[in-house]
Amino acid sequence: MDIGIKENILAIITLNKNVSSATAPIFYVDTKEEQEETALLIAKITLGMVHDLRNGIYVVVKH
Amino acid sequence: MENYLVSIVVSIVTGVLARAYMMKIDHRQYPSYPQGFLSHITLGVIAASLGAVAVPALATKEFGAVTFLALAAQQFRDVRNMERQSLDNIEPTELVPRGTAYIEDIAKAFEARNYMVMITSLLTSISMNILKYFKLNSQLQITAGLIVGFTTMMILKGFLTRQLIEEIAEVRPGKIEFDGPLLKVNGVIIMNIGLKASRKIYEERGIAVEIVPNDMNASATLSNIGQRQAIQHQAATQLGIRKDIDEPDFTPLVRRNPHNGNLVMALIAMHPDQDLLIEVINKTPVLETCRRKPREANIKPS
Repeated sequence: MDIGIKENILAIITLNKNVSSATAPIFYVDTKEEQEETALLIAKITLGMVHDLRNGIYVVVKH
Repeated sequence: MENYLVSIVVSIVTGVLARAYMMKIDHRQYPSYPQGFLSHITLGVIAASLGAVAVPALATKEFGAVTFLALAAQQFRDVRNMERQSLDNIEPTELVPRGTAYIEDIAKAFEARNYMVMITSLLTSISMNILKYFKLNSQLQITAGLIVGFTTMMILKGFLTRQLIEEIAEVRPGKIEFDGPLLKVNGVIIMNIGLKASRKIYEERGIAVEIVPNDMNASATLSNIGQRQAIQHQAATQLGIRKDIDEPDFTPLVRRNPHNGNLVMALIAMHPDQDLLIEVINKTPVLETCRRKPREANIKPS
Protein backbone atom coordinates (compact mmCIF):
# COMPACT_ATOMS: atom_id res chain seq x y z
CA MET A 1 0.00 0.00 0.00
CA ASP A 2 1.17 3.51 -0.81
CA ILE A 3 1.63 5.81 2.13
CA GLY A 4 2.22 9.52 1.70
CA ILE A 5 1.21 12.93 2.87
CA LYS A 6 -1.76 14.44 1.07
CA GLU A 7 -3.36 17.89 0.94
CA ASN A 8 0.01 19.42 1.71
CA ILE A 9 1.73 22.38 0.06
CA LEU A 10 4.82 21.02 -1.69
CA ALA A 11 6.16 24.19 -3.26
CA ILE A 12 5.47 27.90 -3.51
CA ILE A 13 6.16 29.71 -6.78
CA THR A 14 6.02 33.45 -6.39
CA LEU A 15 6.77 36.76 -8.07
CA ASN A 16 6.91 38.49 -4.69
CA LYS A 17 10.40 38.34 -3.17
CA ASN A 18 9.06 39.08 0.32
CA VAL A 19 7.30 35.72 0.64
CA SER A 20 8.93 33.38 3.13
CA SER A 21 8.10 29.91 4.35
CA ALA A 22 9.35 27.59 7.04
CA THR A 23 8.17 24.34 5.48
CA ALA A 24 7.65 24.44 1.73
CA PRO A 25 10.44 25.37 -0.69
CA ILE A 26 9.96 28.72 -2.42
CA PHE A 27 10.81 29.34 -6.08
CA TYR A 28 11.23 33.02 -6.92
CA VAL A 29 10.48 33.90 -10.52
CA ASP A 30 10.57 37.13 -12.48
CA THR A 31 7.73 36.90 -14.96
CA LYS A 32 4.19 35.43 -15.11
CA GLU A 33 5.26 33.12 -17.94
CA GLU A 34 8.18 31.80 -15.96
CA GLN A 35 5.83 31.26 -13.01
CA GLU A 36 3.45 29.14 -15.11
CA GLU A 37 6.33 27.17 -16.57
CA THR A 38 8.02 26.50 -13.20
CA ALA A 39 4.73 25.59 -11.55
CA LEU A 40 3.92 23.16 -14.37
CA LEU A 41 7.33 21.50 -14.17
CA ILE A 42 7.18 21.07 -10.39
CA ALA A 43 3.62 19.74 -10.60
CA LYS A 44 4.68 17.15 -13.20
CA ILE A 45 7.60 16.01 -11.03
CA THR A 46 5.61 15.74 -7.81
CA LEU A 47 2.29 14.61 -9.41
CA GLY A 48 0.78 17.55 -7.59
CA MET A 49 -1.71 20.17 -8.72
CA VAL A 50 -1.11 23.88 -9.25
CA HIS A 51 -3.38 26.32 -7.42
CA ASP A 52 -3.47 30.06 -7.93
CA LEU A 53 -3.83 32.13 -4.76
CA ARG A 54 -4.60 35.24 -6.86
CA ASN A 55 -1.92 37.36 -5.16
CA GLY A 56 0.88 36.41 -7.49
CA ILE A 57 1.55 33.19 -5.61
CA TYR A 58 1.13 29.71 -7.05
CA VAL A 59 1.26 26.68 -4.78
CA VAL A 60 1.69 23.04 -5.73
CA VAL A 61 -0.44 20.72 -3.63
CA LYS A 62 -0.53 16.95 -3.64
CA HIS A 63 -4.09 15.62 -3.48
CA MET B 1 -30.61 -41.47 -3.92
CA GLU B 2 -31.25 -42.67 -7.53
CA ASN B 3 -34.93 -41.87 -7.10
CA TYR B 4 -34.02 -38.23 -6.75
CA LEU B 5 -31.61 -38.04 -9.67
CA VAL B 6 -34.08 -36.26 -11.96
CA SER B 7 -34.94 -33.57 -9.42
CA ILE B 8 -31.26 -33.01 -8.59
CA VAL B 9 -30.26 -32.61 -12.22
CA VAL B 10 -33.15 -30.28 -13.08
CA SER B 11 -32.50 -28.16 -9.97
CA ILE B 12 -28.82 -27.79 -10.77
CA VAL B 13 -29.68 -26.77 -14.33
CA THR B 14 -32.15 -24.08 -13.24
CA GLY B 15 -29.66 -22.85 -10.61
CA VAL B 16 -26.83 -22.50 -13.10
CA LEU B 17 -29.16 -20.82 -15.59
CA ALA B 18 -30.10 -18.36 -12.85
CA ARG B 19 -26.42 -17.52 -12.32
CA ALA B 20 -25.83 -17.11 -16.04
CA TYR B 21 -28.94 -14.92 -16.29
CA MET B 22 -27.47 -12.52 -13.70
CA MET B 23 -24.06 -12.49 -15.34
CA LYS B 24 -23.75 -9.38 -17.43
CA ILE B 25 -20.48 -8.92 -19.27
CA ASP B 26 -20.87 -5.28 -20.24
CA HIS B 27 -18.86 -2.08 -20.48
CA ARG B 28 -17.86 -2.40 -16.83
CA GLN B 29 -16.00 -5.60 -17.65
CA TYR B 30 -16.89 -6.93 -14.27
CA PRO B 31 -16.92 -9.88 -13.71
CA SER B 32 -13.93 -10.03 -15.98
CA TYR B 33 -13.85 -12.40 -18.92
CA PRO B 34 -12.76 -15.23 -19.22
CA GLN B 35 -11.23 -16.05 -15.81
CA GLY B 36 -13.67 -14.22 -13.58
CA PHE B 37 -16.55 -15.54 -15.65
CA LEU B 38 -15.43 -19.14 -15.21
CA SER B 39 -14.90 -18.88 -11.47
CA HIS B 40 -18.35 -17.37 -10.97
CA ILE B 41 -20.07 -20.00 -13.10
CA THR B 42 -18.23 -22.70 -11.13
CA LEU B 43 -19.33 -21.18 -7.84
CA GLY B 44 -22.82 -21.06 -9.31
CA VAL B 45 -22.69 -24.80 -10.04
CA ILE B 46 -21.63 -25.49 -6.44
CA ALA B 47 -24.38 -23.24 -5.04
CA ALA B 48 -26.93 -24.91 -7.31
CA SER B 49 -25.90 -28.39 -6.19
CA LEU B 50 -26.23 -27.35 -2.57
CA GLY B 51 -29.79 -26.20 -3.17
CA ALA B 52 -30.55 -29.28 -5.24
CA VAL B 53 -29.44 -31.95 -2.76
CA ALA B 54 -30.96 -30.40 0.37
CA VAL B 55 -34.43 -31.92 -0.04
CA PRO B 56 -33.26 -35.41 -1.12
CA ALA B 57 -30.76 -35.46 1.77
CA LEU B 58 -33.53 -34.74 4.25
CA ALA B 59 -35.94 -37.16 2.59
CA THR B 60 -33.47 -40.05 2.80
CA LYS B 61 -32.76 -39.14 6.45
CA GLU B 62 -29.14 -38.23 5.70
CA PHE B 63 -28.93 -35.70 8.48
CA GLY B 64 -25.13 -35.73 8.36
CA ALA B 65 -25.34 -34.48 4.79
CA VAL B 66 -27.52 -31.57 5.91
CA THR B 67 -24.83 -30.49 8.37
CA PHE B 68 -22.33 -30.47 5.55
CA LEU B 69 -24.71 -28.31 3.54
CA ALA B 70 -24.71 -25.70 6.28
CA LEU B 71 -20.93 -25.86 6.35
CA ALA B 72 -20.71 -25.38 2.60
CA ALA B 73 -23.13 -22.46 2.71
CA GLN B 74 -20.66 -20.70 4.97
CA GLN B 75 -18.17 -20.72 2.10
CA PHE B 76 -20.36 -18.38 0.13
CA ARG B 77 -19.90 -15.68 2.69
CA ASP B 78 -16.31 -15.63 1.48
CA VAL B 79 -17.44 -14.65 -2.00
CA ARG B 80 -18.01 -11.13 -0.79
CA ASN B 81 -14.55 -11.03 0.77
CA MET B 82 -12.95 -12.39 -2.35
CA GLU B 83 -14.61 -9.81 -4.61
CA ARG B 84 -13.83 -6.98 -2.24
CA GLN B 85 -10.18 -7.93 -2.00
CA SER B 86 -9.70 -8.28 -5.71
CA LEU B 87 -11.37 -4.91 -6.42
CA ASP B 88 -9.41 -3.27 -3.61
CA ASN B 89 -6.20 -4.60 -5.10
CA ILE B 90 -6.82 -3.08 -8.51
CA GLU B 91 -8.19 0.18 -7.10
CA PRO B 92 -4.81 2.02 -7.10
CA THR B 93 -4.47 1.26 -10.80
CA GLU B 94 -7.66 3.11 -11.74
CA LEU B 95 -7.28 6.69 -13.00
CA VAL B 96 -10.63 7.53 -11.44
CA PRO B 97 -11.15 5.19 -8.48
CA ARG B 98 -14.40 3.32 -7.96
CA GLY B 99 -14.47 4.19 -4.28
CA THR B 100 -14.97 1.81 -1.38
CA ALA B 101 -18.76 2.17 -1.37
CA TYR B 102 -19.03 1.03 -4.98
CA ILE B 103 -16.66 -1.88 -4.31
CA GLU B 104 -18.72 -2.95 -1.31
CA ASP B 105 -21.87 -2.75 -3.40
CA ILE B 106 -20.40 -4.95 -6.15
CA ALA B 107 -19.12 -7.45 -3.57
CA LYS B 108 -22.54 -7.65 -1.93
CA ALA B 109 -24.22 -8.14 -5.29
CA PHE B 110 -22.00 -11.13 -6.06
CA GLU B 111 -22.72 -12.72 -2.70
CA ALA B 112 -26.46 -12.17 -3.14
CA ARG B 113 -26.38 -13.76 -6.59
CA ASN B 114 -25.01 -16.99 -5.16
CA TYR B 115 -27.83 -17.07 -2.63
CA MET B 116 -30.23 -16.41 -5.48
CA VAL B 117 -28.87 -19.51 -7.23
CA MET B 118 -29.34 -21.55 -4.06
CA ILE B 119 -32.92 -20.37 -3.58
CA THR B 120 -33.78 -21.05 -7.23
CA SER B 121 -32.51 -24.62 -7.16
CA LEU B 122 -33.97 -25.26 -3.71
CA LEU B 123 -37.47 -24.15 -4.77
CA THR B 124 -37.18 -26.15 -8.01
CA SER B 125 -36.20 -29.21 -6.00
CA ILE B 126 -39.00 -28.71 -3.46
CA SER B 127 -41.67 -28.35 -6.15
CA MET B 128 -40.48 -31.45 -7.99
CA ASN B 129 -40.37 -33.51 -4.82
CA ILE B 130 -43.87 -32.45 -3.82
CA LEU B 131 -45.18 -33.74 -7.16
CA LYS B 132 -43.11 -36.88 -6.67
CA TYR B 133 -44.73 -37.37 -3.28
CA PHE B 134 -48.14 -37.30 -4.96
CA LYS B 135 -46.79 -39.89 -7.44
CA LEU B 136 -47.17 -37.74 -10.56
CA ASN B 137 -45.10 -38.81 -13.57
CA SER B 138 -41.57 -37.51 -14.12
CA GLN B 139 -42.40 -35.41 -17.20
CA LEU B 140 -44.90 -33.45 -15.15
CA GLN B 141 -42.32 -33.12 -12.38
CA ILE B 142 -39.71 -31.72 -14.77
CA THR B 143 -42.19 -29.25 -16.30
CA ALA B 144 -43.30 -28.05 -12.86
CA GLY B 145 -39.66 -27.78 -11.72
CA LEU B 146 -38.68 -25.70 -14.73
CA ILE B 147 -41.71 -23.40 -14.34
CA VAL B 148 -41.02 -22.82 -10.65
CA GLY B 149 -37.29 -22.35 -11.34
CA PHE B 150 -37.78 -19.76 -14.07
CA THR B 151 -40.46 -17.89 -12.10
CA THR B 152 -38.17 -17.69 -9.05
CA MET B 153 -35.36 -16.49 -11.31
CA MET B 154 -37.52 -13.69 -12.74
CA ILE B 155 -38.82 -12.59 -9.36
CA LEU B 156 -35.37 -12.58 -7.75
CA LYS B 157 -33.87 -10.76 -10.71
CA GLY B 158 -36.48 -8.03 -10.36
CA PHE B 159 -35.87 -7.97 -6.63
CA LEU B 160 -32.10 -7.64 -6.99
CA THR B 161 -32.15 -4.97 -9.72
CA ARG B 162 -30.78 -1.72 -8.38
CA GLN B 163 -32.37 1.68 -8.70
CA LEU B 164 -30.79 4.06 -11.18
CA ILE B 165 -29.96 7.73 -10.74
CA GLU B 166 -32.67 8.66 -13.27
CA GLU B 167 -35.29 7.30 -10.87
CA ILE B 168 -34.28 9.63 -8.04
CA ALA B 169 -32.96 12.72 -9.82
CA GLU B 170 -33.00 14.76 -12.96
CA VAL B 171 -29.73 15.27 -14.85
CA ARG B 172 -29.38 18.55 -16.75
CA PRO B 173 -26.58 20.06 -18.81
CA GLY B 174 -24.39 22.46 -16.85
CA LYS B 175 -22.34 25.48 -17.84
CA ILE B 176 -18.60 25.74 -17.13
CA GLU B 177 -17.27 29.15 -16.15
CA PHE B 178 -14.15 30.52 -14.50
CA ASP B 179 -13.86 33.08 -11.74
CA GLY B 180 -10.14 33.74 -11.89
CA PRO B 181 -8.65 30.29 -11.16
CA LEU B 182 -11.89 28.88 -9.72
CA LEU B 183 -13.69 26.38 -11.89
CA LYS B 184 -17.45 26.71 -11.48
CA VAL B 185 -20.39 24.82 -12.88
CA ASN B 186 -23.72 26.65 -12.69
CA GLY B 187 -22.24 28.89 -10.00
CA VAL B 188 -20.91 26.11 -7.74
CA ILE B 189 -17.15 26.14 -7.14
CA ILE B 190 -15.50 22.83 -8.01
CA MET B 191 -11.77 23.48 -7.68
CA ASN B 192 -8.92 25.90 -8.04
CA ILE B 193 -7.01 25.41 -11.27
CA GLY B 194 -3.81 27.41 -11.33
CA LEU B 195 -2.48 26.68 -14.80
CA LYS B 196 -3.81 28.78 -17.66
CA ALA B 197 -3.27 25.93 -20.12
CA SER B 198 -5.57 23.63 -18.09
CA ARG B 199 -8.23 26.33 -17.83
CA LYS B 200 -8.12 26.76 -21.60
CA ILE B 201 -8.73 23.04 -22.11
CA TYR B 202 -11.72 23.20 -19.76
CA GLU B 203 -13.15 26.13 -21.70
CA GLU B 204 -12.65 24.41 -25.04
CA ARG B 205 -13.55 20.79 -24.36
CA GLY B 206 -15.19 20.65 -20.95
CA ILE B 207 -18.69 19.26 -20.53
CA ALA B 208 -20.69 19.61 -17.35
CA VAL B 209 -23.88 18.42 -15.73
CA GLU B 210 -26.09 19.36 -12.84
CA ILE B 211 -27.93 16.59 -10.97
CA VAL B 212 -31.13 17.77 -9.35
CA PRO B 213 -32.53 15.36 -6.73
CA ASN B 214 -36.30 14.76 -6.83
CA ASP B 215 -36.89 14.93 -3.08
CA MET B 216 -35.23 15.03 0.33
CA ASN B 217 -34.47 11.31 0.29
CA ALA B 218 -32.71 11.56 -3.06
CA SER B 219 -30.79 14.59 -1.84
CA ALA B 220 -29.46 12.68 1.17
CA THR B 221 -28.53 9.70 -1.00
CA LEU B 222 -26.72 11.83 -3.57
CA SER B 223 -24.77 13.73 -0.93
CA ASN B 224 -23.00 10.50 0.02
CA ILE B 225 -19.37 10.57 -1.06
CA GLY B 226 -19.41 6.93 -2.15
CA GLN B 227 -22.35 7.61 -4.46
CA ARG B 228 -20.53 10.60 -5.92
CA GLN B 229 -17.39 8.55 -6.52
CA ALA B 230 -19.50 5.98 -8.34
CA ILE B 231 -20.88 8.71 -10.62
CA GLN B 232 -17.36 10.02 -11.31
CA HIS B 233 -16.07 6.55 -12.06
CA GLN B 234 -18.93 5.65 -14.39
CA ALA B 235 -18.65 8.92 -16.31
CA ALA B 236 -14.88 8.65 -16.64
CA THR B 237 -14.81 5.02 -17.75
CA GLN B 238 -17.63 5.28 -20.25
CA LEU B 239 -16.76 8.55 -21.93
CA GLY B 240 -13.03 7.92 -21.78
CA ILE B 241 -11.10 10.37 -19.69
CA ARG B 242 -8.53 12.81 -21.05
CA LYS B 243 -6.19 12.60 -18.10
CA ASP B 244 -2.92 11.01 -17.18
CA ILE B 245 -1.52 10.23 -13.79
CA ASP B 246 0.40 13.54 -13.64
CA GLU B 247 -2.62 15.68 -14.54
CA PRO B 248 -4.78 16.00 -11.44
CA ASP B 249 -6.31 19.13 -13.01
CA PHE B 250 -8.60 16.93 -15.11
CA THR B 251 -9.89 14.67 -12.37
CA PRO B 252 -13.69 14.76 -12.52
CA LEU B 253 -15.09 15.91 -9.19
CA VAL B 254 -18.72 15.87 -8.14
CA ARG B 255 -19.43 18.82 -5.87
CA ARG B 256 -22.57 19.67 -3.94
CA ASN B 257 -24.39 22.95 -3.86
CA PRO B 258 -24.85 23.40 -0.09
CA HIS B 259 -27.92 25.62 -0.57
CA ASN B 260 -30.15 23.18 -2.43
CA GLY B 261 -28.36 19.81 -2.49
CA ASN B 262 -27.81 19.77 -6.26
CA LEU B 263 -24.68 18.05 -7.53
CA VAL B 264 -22.46 19.41 -10.27
CA MET B 265 -19.64 17.81 -12.21
CA ALA B 266 -17.27 18.92 -14.96
CA LEU B 267 -15.48 16.41 -17.14
CA ILE B 268 -12.82 16.50 -19.84
CA ALA B 269 -13.69 13.48 -21.91
CA MET B 270 -11.86 11.93 -24.84
CA HIS B 271 -15.03 12.47 -26.86
CA PRO B 272 -16.94 15.40 -25.38
CA ASP B 273 -20.59 14.44 -25.81
CA GLN B 274 -23.02 16.19 -23.51
CA ASP B 275 -25.98 13.91 -24.22
CA LEU B 276 -23.92 10.78 -23.70
CA LEU B 277 -22.69 12.09 -20.33
CA ILE B 278 -26.27 12.72 -19.20
CA GLU B 279 -27.28 9.24 -20.34
CA VAL B 280 -24.35 7.61 -18.52
CA ILE B 281 -25.17 9.39 -15.26
CA ASN B 282 -28.85 8.51 -15.63
CA LYS B 283 -27.87 4.85 -15.85
CA THR B 284 -25.49 4.89 -12.87
CA PRO B 285 -26.77 2.58 -10.12
CA VAL B 286 -27.88 4.00 -6.79
CA LEU B 287 -25.61 2.19 -4.34
CA GLU B 288 -27.43 0.17 -1.74
CA THR B 289 -24.98 1.23 0.97
CA CYS B 290 -25.48 4.92 0.18
CA ARG B 291 -29.26 4.97 0.11
CA ARG B 292 -30.83 7.13 2.80
CA LYS B 293 -34.50 7.81 3.50
CA PRO B 294 -34.64 10.53 6.12
CA ARG B 295 -38.21 11.35 5.06
CA GLU B 296 -39.42 7.93 6.19
CA ALA B 297 -38.14 8.27 9.74
CA ASN B 298 -41.62 9.10 11.05
CA ILE B 299 -40.35 11.92 13.18
CA LYS B 300 -43.00 14.58 13.59
CA PRO B 301 -42.28 18.09 14.78
CA SER B 302 -43.62 18.47 18.31
